[in-house]
Amino acid sequence: MSEVRTLVIDGHDVAATADQTVLSAARENGIHIPTLCHLQGLSDIGACRLCMVELEGSPRLVASCVTRVEEGMRVTTVSERLNAYRRRVVEMFFLERNHVCAVCVANGSCELQGAARDLGLDHFELAPLHPEVAVDATHERFVLDQNRCILCSRCVRVCAEVEGAHTWDIQGRGADARLVSDLGTPWGSSTTCTSCGKCVQVCPTGALFEKGRSVAEPKARRPYLPYLVDHSRA
Amino acid sequence: MGADHAGARPRLATIWLDGCSGCHMSLLDMDERLIEVLARADLVYGALVDTKEFPEGVDVTLVEGAVSSQDDLRKIRQVRERTKVLVALGDCAVTSNVPGMRNPIGARAVLERAYLENATVNPKIPDQVVPALLAESLPVHAWVPVDVFVTGCPPSADRIFEVVSSLLEGRSAPAGQEQRFG
Repeated sequence: MSEVRTLVIDGHDVAATADQTVLSAARENGIHIPTLCHLQGLSDIGACRLCMVELEGSPRLVASCVTRVEEGMRVTTVSERLNAYRRRVVEMFFLERNHVCAVCVANGSCELQGAARDLGLDHFELAPLHPEVAVDATHERFVLDQNRCILCSRCVRVCAEVEGAHTWDIQGRGADARLVSDLGTPWGSSTTCTSCGKCVQVCPTGALFEKGRSVAEPKARRPYLPYLVDHSRA
Repeated sequence: MGADHAGARPRLATIWLDGCSGCHMSLLDMDERLIEVLARADLVYGALVDTKEFPEGVDVTLVEGAVSSQDDLRKIRQVRERTKVLVALGDCAVTSNVPGMRNPIGARAVLERAYLENATVNPKIPDQVVPALLAESLPVHAWVPVDVFVTGCPPSADRIFEVVSSLLEGRSAPAGQEQRFG
């Protein structure tokens, strides 16, 4: 058992063990912090920046999924400043690729769409990039549509950390970054992919989906992967 | 917002740019509430009204569709000049949505596909009657200021009613609780 730390989140006194993150301590105490790249049971990488919070005494915002609790820490999870940043982050996810909710397999179950709704995002102020990106439909059962990928890397992590195959990776930098299978070869010819479908299950958008699914058709939800839960906190 | 001149009924208009008419269908889905709206306002222009020229002095205009052609652009500029409260109605007007799916490959590729590759007789990209496409299909606010954004493909009849009745009464549109894209 790790040492106990006490901290304050949004005015509530909270106790957590020293190895816990601010996000985990908040959720355990019923305090909601929005996330996209976090998935309980996978490692955290602080990629999406949606879980940013304010720390008293620190001018910069921190990603709560990769920040350990500290004794006496005072955390704010909701403020106008945080909302403005979160809205901008979600806006940039939408504009960096070609997200068309109306014709997407994930319509109604998409976490990006849900984040926009929760944040009250009703239009975009920045200019869209409209990149011409690829769709890889070479796999027998699944499709990768880069138009809908937000580079959260949940698929990369579930494949490497749970399935142990490490078929997926991110190639390139910045706006040129792309999800690739087997060092950039077609998914259908992958020699490492076990076709387990975990990547499809954890994708927060419609970037990875099962062939034959139509627009807005509901998919099996997360409990399909019951072992993707951190039981050490239970 | 709303009618300035005492006693006069507010003037409501709709316009259909690059969209599928689904937002107008959702407007009609207000059913008997349409009577309520029309009891409070005059519908002076739109797909449901036989007026050719967009009139002056409109209080509220609902815009369906993205701005995709020279004709859309001419219309939306005129509509903006003559409207007090401009409402982008639905995902095409708000984000360019499905019409914007051509943006990554460009207008030329779309025209070639439609009028040359798929043509069985007289392959030719039209240069008259059909309005010229703009290089990109963009949301309304990329060209003119928009006052209210109503997302959805289409927005629900309940949401449209809520927004229209507030605006006609001169109040600002209430925040949509479950408002989302798609």
